[in-house]
Amino acid sequence: MHKGPVAASTGEAEASSFFGSLPTRLDSWITIDRAGQVTAYVGKVELGTGVETALAQIVAEELDVAVESVSVVQGQTGITPNQGFTAGSQTLQSGSPPLRKAAAYARLILLSAAGKRLNAPVGSLAAHDGIVSASGTDRTITYGELVNENLFDREIDQNVPLKKPSQFRYVGKAVGRVDIPAKVFGTFAYVQDMKMAGVWHGRVIRPAAVGAHLERVDRSSIADIPDIRIVQERDFLAVAGPDAWATIRAARALKTSWSGGALPAFDRLYTDMTTGPTTEDVIAKKGDVDRALAADAHLLNATYMWPFQSHGSIGPSSAVADVRPDRATIWAATQGVYALRGAIAKLLKLSEDAVRVVYVEAAGCYGHNGADDAAADAALVSQAIGKPVRVQWSLADELGWDPKGPAMVMELRGVLGAGGKVAGWSYEVWTPTHVNRAVGRPGNLLAAQLAGLQATEGWAGGGDRNARSNYTFANERVVVHWKPTSALRQSALRSLGGAQNTFANESFMDELAFAAGADPVAFRLAHLDDPRGRAVLEAVARRANWQSSKAARSATDGATVTGRGVAFARYDNESAYVAAVADCELVPSTGAVRVREIYIAHDCGQIINPDGLRNQIEGNAIQATSRSLKEEVRYDRERVTSIDWESYPILRFPEIPDVHIELIDRPDEPPLGAGEPTTIVMAPAIANAIFAAGGIRVRRVPFTPERVRAARNAS
Amino acid sequence: MQITLTVNARLHTLDVDPETPLLHVLRDDLGLTGSKIGCAQAQCGSCSVLVDGVEQRSCVMPIEEAGGRTVVTIEGIGDSAHPDPLQLAFIDEQAAQCGYCVTGMIVAAKSLLAANPDPSDAEIKEALAGNLCRCGAHLRMIRAVKRAARRQNGA
Repeated sequence: MHKGPVAASTGEAEASSFFGSLPTRLDSWITIDRAGQVTAYVGKVELGTGVETALAQIVAEELDVAVESVSVVQGQTGITPNQGFTAGSQTLQSGSPPLRKAAAYARLILLSAAGKRLNAPVGSLAAHDGIVSASGTDRTITYGELVNENLFDREIDQNVPLKKPSQFRYVGKAVGRVDIPAKVFGTFAYVQDMKMAGVWHGRVIRPAAVGAHLERVDRSSIADIPDIRIVQERDFLAVAGPDAWATIRAARALKTSWSGGALPAFDRLYTDMTTGPTTEDVIAKKGDVDRALAADAHLLNATYMWPFQSHGSIGPSSAVADVRPDRATIWAATQGVYALRGAIAKLLKLSEDAVRVVYVEAAGCYGHNGADDAAADAALVSQAIGKPVRVQWSLADELGWDPKGPAMVMELRGVLGAGGKVAGWSYEVWTPTHVNRAVGRPGNLLAAQLAGLQATEGWAGGGDRNARSNYTFANERVVVHWKPTSALRQSALRSLGGAQNTFANESFMDELAFAAGADPVAFRLAHLDDPRGRAVLEAVARRANWQSSKAARSATDGATVTGRGVAFARYDNESAYVAAVADCELVPSTGAVRVREIYIAHDCGQIINPDGLRNQIEGNAIQATSRSLKEEVRYDRERVTSIDWESYPILRFPEIPDVHIELIDRPDEPPLGAGEPTTIVMAPAIANAIFAAGGIRVRRVPFTPERVRAARNAS
Repeated sequence: MQITLTVNARLHTLDVDPETPLLHVLRDDLGLTGSKIGCAQAQCGSCSVLVDGVEQRSCVMPIEEAGGRTVVTIEGIGDSAHPDPLQLAFIDEQAAQCGYCVTGMIVAAKSLLAANPDPSDAEIKEALAGNLCRCGAHLRMIRAVKRAARRQNGA
């Protein structure tokens, strides 16, 4: 009965393949079989955040079936709607409404069919767990008995009524995640675990330096390892064999020589970022900032820096490709099956119709990690050797070659005016684009670049996220300086520029509050009009038992001092509201920082699954604490050097803070995504806590002991 | 080279390169993919298995060293028909996001509870310090280990 998407076709303009074009036929979204099993087809995918369960809850709710009877088919070209990328915390926010509508309409159609079969007016019918009953009678009929080939072959009525929150049975409830049991029993098959008869294993040998050319491959160096094929296309070099371990040995043993290639100097990163050509975007302009800034002798200015960071997936990227002369199937943990299909088709010189991309879940990606690149690796190797190929990246591949979350520099100037309020606020940020996905552009895939295709410029995006704060200032200017280049290949990492910009905005608000002699919470509230924004700030202050304070303590040697910091933001300026308080311990003499407690107040509108939401908030808080305290990609003049968990450390169990969460549910408001918002408030809450503890203002992430000591010496 | 070992209560004799990591034998030869591919250098714990009852990183253990020993993987710890208290507790606490590290966590926790049936939060954190979770499900995992301990102790 499922007919697949109608409107989502191939060869569309890049923009429509990015944002998706939605089918309007009911059976493109939902089908029901004769046993009453419901299948929902969605263009969003489970990245480990729990949306598969949340989407099933929404379908079950509107359709009046049990959650367990809904299965969700995710991300398959030709089968699921093209809903663009699973990114930007958009799955529930913008991805679920069309599915919800389809489910509500399916229920309407089923009730109408039931009315005919039960010979009862539709108004007298009620549905429960997939069974329709006519009131005042003992007549019932199941959804499974009602469906036929054509029942859902119709246009969705876009004005179909939806349930009211007071009627909800599943939405808003802590339904257990459908995927967790198989994951704890070890039976869940991630893409890394895919098995396929006759599949060969591929490993890519990375260049000695970024941009280096392959000069020589010494085949004799692996002559003792049987059945190994070497695949080379310009600078793309891989080995493949029927045995995984033998292939790894071959990849390690193969002798190669490379020429050229270089990276810019690591210690010039931030200088390079603020010099050279840029394109300017003025994204906010109010009043006369220059006059306001010139009028006051007590101008505050500060420059904040954020390094390159890696997605740091625990399971290095993997993909399987089966490329035949006239067609190909790719199994990948991609965030956008349609976008990847376009790129892979061009890379393989096949038509898009001949390429099928199937989403298979992997270890968490937190954005554009190596998943798409591994897919391209597998595709090239499979095409070269004429067999299905599974490519497994090593950790060094992942941390060394995943597209990095971009480094950014933020420069702020501000003055205080009458009543201790901000009279002038100037914000400038230097950023490359955060959007380098291979949207039908093979040149953005690592394998394609090595094989000689040029990367194509995406559009400038992501670096402006949350550059403007949600405060009201009398005079304000926010300027984004888009850098056309980046020292390292870069793309989307959880929250894009939201974390960097909020670090700067919310640290500077703290600096101004201190200059004004004001309590940091009160100072923020004095500049915040939005009642939902005020509500999260007030809620976090209550939950944390915030005590008004006006001055930082002075640093004392040796001893451990404690402090708390606050931060607030509205994600992407129009999504979820979040406020954080962090309690930190600081040893000023050593620079050691420890985050002990985190309090979060969170308003993402209608809550679909409160436990799933808490899980996301905890995860964001902990991961962002890790990014704030520890994470920085390092490189020498040739390549990335932070390529294992010792050189790229992340937070470990003994360092994990407690997280206390205050959820604000607004069942009558649309749901807003929760996959990223908490990430953006953590660095400033911690930085502000460090200042409150020891009077040390840290303006460069990560807050490692040496950075904190340097900041102490500078202050 | 012929190597004999017990995996999840079954005796296997394999003809393999003696340097092959145990992880590859488990996944590629025995089809047990519950032990995950992670860092391949004993830094993350996703590949953890019990060898003679003690947590070991199967990614760096040559199969030669596992010869004659008893290996238990996540599949041997419990399944949906006969779940281990830890597995039930991880489900009850919804102690996962992507879940990739979870099987290694349960193996490490199994090793901990065998030695210390009633661990404190600090002892759990110390015992799991070598296991990395990137999603930030740590607090739920700590609660899950405590819940399993309570269940095992009949509380």
